[in-house]
Amino acid sequence: MTGADSSLADRRALQVEGLSVSYLRRGKASRVLSDVSFDVLPGEAYGLVGESGCGKTTVAMAVMRYLAPNARVDAGRILFQGSDLLSAAEGQLRELRGNRMAMVYQDPGSALNPSLTVGRQIAEVYRFHRAMAWKEARDAAAAMLDTVQIPDARRVMGRYPHELSGGQQQRIMFAMALATDPDLLVLDEPTTGLDTTVEAEVLDLVSRLRTKFNASILFISHNLGIVARMCERVGVLYAGRLIEEGPSRDLFAGPRHPYTLGLLRCVPRAGMRKDVHRLDPIAGSLPPLGLEIAGCVYAARCPIVRPRCTEEAPPSLPSGERRTSRCFYHGEVPDIPAGAEAAATSSRRGGDAALLEIDHLRKAYGARGNQVTAVADVSIELKAGEVLGLVGESGSGKSTLAKCIVGLVEVTGGTIRFDGDRLLRATDWRNTALRRKLQMVFQNPDTALNPSHSVRRILRRAARLLARDASSGEIERRVASLAASVRLRPQHLDLKPSALSGGLKQRVAIARAFAGAPALVLCDEPTSALDVSVQAAILNLLADLQAKDRVAYLFISHDLGVVRYLSDRIAVMYLGQVVDIGDAEAVFNPPHHPYTEALLSAMPSIDAVERPARIRLTGSIPNPANPPAGCRFHTRCPRLLGEICRTKEPPWQQDGDGHLYRCHIPPGDLRPVQAGTRAGRDDGGPAAVSPQAQ
Amino acid sequence: MDAKGAQASTPAGAGGSEAEEASAAGRRRLRALLVALLQSRTFVVGAVILAFWILDALFWPLVVPQDPEAMIPEITLRAPSLAHWFGTDDLGRDVFSRTLAGAASTLTVAPAATALGVIGGILIGLFTGYYRGIADDVIMRIVDSLLAFPLIIIAVLVMSILGPSLVNVILVIGIVFAPIVARTVRAAVLVEREREYVAAAKLLGNSNLYIMFAEILPNIGGPIAVEVTIRLGYAIFTSATLSFLALGIQQPSPDWGLTISIGRAFLQIAPWEVLFPAAALATLIVGVNLVADGLRQVLEE
Repeated sequence: MTGADSSLADRRALQVEGLSVSYLRRGKASRVLSDVSFDVLPGEAYGLVGESGCGKTTVAMAVMRYLAPNARVDAGRILFQGSDLLSAAEGQLRELRGNRMAMVYQDPGSALNPSLTVGRQIAEVYRFHRAMAWKEARDAAAAMLDTVQIPDARRVMGRYPHELSGGQQQRIMFAMALATDPDLLVLDEPTTGLDTTVEAEVLDLVSRLRTKFNASILFISHNLGIVARMCERVGVLYAGRLIEEGPSRDLFAGPRHPYTLGLLRCVPRAGMRKDVHRLDPIAGSLPPLGLEIAGCVYAARCPIVRPRCTEEAPPSLPSGERRTSRCFYHGEVPDIPAGAEAAATSSRRGGDAALLEIDHLRKAYGARGNQVTAVADVSIELKAGEVLGLVGESGSGKSTLAKCIVGLVEVTGGTIRFDGDRLLRATDWRNTALRRKLQMVFQNPDTALNPSHSVRRILRRAARLLARDASSGEIERRVASLAASVRLRPQHLDLKPSALSGGLKQRVAIARAFAGAPALVLCDEPTSALDVSVQAAILNLLADLQAKDRVAYLFISHDLGVVRYLSDRIAVMYLGQVVDIGDAEAVFNPPHHPYTEALLSAMPSIDAVERPARIRLTGSIPNPANPPAGCRFHTRCPRLLGEICRTKEPPWQQDGDGHLYRCHIPPGDLRPVQAGTRAGRDDGGPAAVSPQAQ
Repeated sequence: MDAKGAQASTPAGAGGSEAEEASAAGRRRLRALLVALLQSRTFVVGAVILAFWILDALFWPLVVPQDPEAMIPEITLRAPSLAHWFGTDDLGRDVFSRTLAGAASTLTVAPAATALGVIGGILIGLFTGYYRGIADDVIMRIVDSLLAFPLIIIAVLVMSILGPSLVNVILVIGIVFAPIVARTVRAAVLVEREREYVAAAKLLGNSNLYIMFAEILPNIGGPIAVEVTIRLGYAIFTSATLSFLALGIQQPSPDWGLTISIGRAFLQIAPWEVLFPAAALATLIVGVNLVADGLRQVLEE
């Protein structure tokens, strides 16, 4: 090491050198990180991305020295402002963690103490690390809550964590982390589990705080779009190795490792549609934890693999300006052809017959006097073979609507007609013929399959119940063909769900829903629990099945990219009401309803184009037990007109063929209003709109 | 078409080895559970004690030095000696033989009563937890009020109405235990019934009985297994208590509870008549509880 190098080291806020970590389980060591090196400069935001199981969180824990007791650091150094964290004494660590580095975790609900008020928890940081008196500490805490943009800070300080929304809890976590004015902030999936609109707010906050506090940030996320937006430089982790690194814009625009390229091709981008573009999932699966691999870790899945790759592990090679790649052939990566062929068949738009007609549907939970209306007056029509995307924040009533349709809950009012017949009663009273035609794919593949039944038993049971008078031979054949149609191998059939990966489990769940002859399958966030590379394969599968069997989907998702990719029509729900409905392109391009506009604006995107405008929603979705009068969206609307929104329920406005939205702003006035915002302000907040709009 | 075939075979090609690995993983998990149980010292010690008494209850006629009911009036209340290792009782019977023979009645009554209580508890717990509603409220309030009494009081009351007999002891303990097991089962059912696989089963048109017994029941085996071992310990204790109160098995059975009750009168001059059956009872209960603790720890991991 030369003197020049050490002076460079002083400039780095964090330096991770050749870090290798193993977990010991039953006396066996499994390597989770191998030779990971990167550094974070002062004031820089460095992103670490990767799918689940790649070791991102282990890096964060190693940096904070919070590794689990069964973790073992095999090699490497972690230097923080020049001092080695791995050899630091406990007292020194406490000093560092308290004053110079801080971490914000994924789940704020469990990171806050539920039995203390949040004000006290923040004040304690000041008391402990700054030795302030109580009163002084409370004032400092209140000031910090202002900094993290919590309105009415003094009142919020007296609340307990469960009284706050997820977004507010995460702000409290930021307040606690920033209370000591750290030089390094480690953010481990800080917005995972939050709604997109809240996520956007929290990310805005992080950007703003960065300029104020000038802290270095190690930002860990599975979401490529967020990292692309937040970080100057990015490292991509795969199977415990940092396989590519570089400035985020260059890296995402021109990846130089086949894995990074594969990841980017998995994500449905703006303008991609199922009938034109197929997604390109990465073949194969992650190598099992702890497997010693002699060559390149990605060789088994790599489209440009050569003999050398399996024999020799590629070192970190320079692949461009300030970029490295662990690929011998990184120069060829840009030329890897997209493996995706065109869509299986062009999408056939639905026929004319309405398959599902929902008319003024209402669903309320709870006893009279204390009622929560989850779905208030929803009318939707779905044609045979059509995909209707349903989007909205959590609490908007999307899942309840799906449960009403399949009969898992009884509706309170209104009618549902399916294939001409009126559905009213819960599923116990429905007949087999209806069940064959109407099925559902659930959100969480881990709980949607019975853990004590084998895949074969699950599919056989579904086939037997949904196929009338079939012989056992026919049922076995049906099980085999179902498994084949979702690309399960015969040997998967004899496994229990716990032995399957998340993607395979979701395939089983999809096969089960297709066991009859479905005309409509409700998909409730079917890919939200899956990694992007797995999600791509599931979305392709859903698109194929739909094209083949002419099935209609009601596709619920919070991921607008996914919805836009798969849907023919889109409905946007807010507080139990549909506020915007129409053809996919008409709803999103450009957005009409201010809520749709806000949702789109909150969506993190990999494509590093300058966004035309960012409009942000403030606060969280109001309590559905007591919805706002007038327009339900008026409390958060960035395009609030005035009194009319607060008092009068908005009419349906029509723009173009079949596109309806519920707002006081007519389509003709919308464009100038949106354009005005774009020109005038770009950091959100309610826009001043001239009253002539009404 | 070619391209489509390739698309289909690539993920599956990698899936093949994954599947084999996974099925091996399933077998390994079962073996891992056994290995973990055998590695748990608590479980192993308890299992050894329990196995000893079970073998004894089955094969005591082969090992006892004397007929446990043979009375020899010349040698009443003799202290332990080489001829009579645990001494003799007030009627001149060999305490060692009687202690070994006494395991049989306890290990008949307790497992049978436990089985009865667990089956009853599973039925009540499954139905109330699955259906909820008014029936659940009513049944659980009854259970609560039953649990407010000490178990033994209810058992004593019922036994004095039914009259003492082996079958009645089993019935009474089983009936008293059922509500306790029902609470555990119900709590587990309440968690499982909210899982999506139950909703999926309903959508397929499975009957409620099928969902309860074929879908939910297999997934609450863990808490039930722990409950069984805990209840077994209490059943041994309760049956011994009933015998002691002369409400259970009658003379001249060598049943431990009964022997202790009779020997009580001679405690000052011949403590061995009480001491050895009491020690035997204690080791059995400790053994069962160790098994229960070990099982719970391993299942929680």
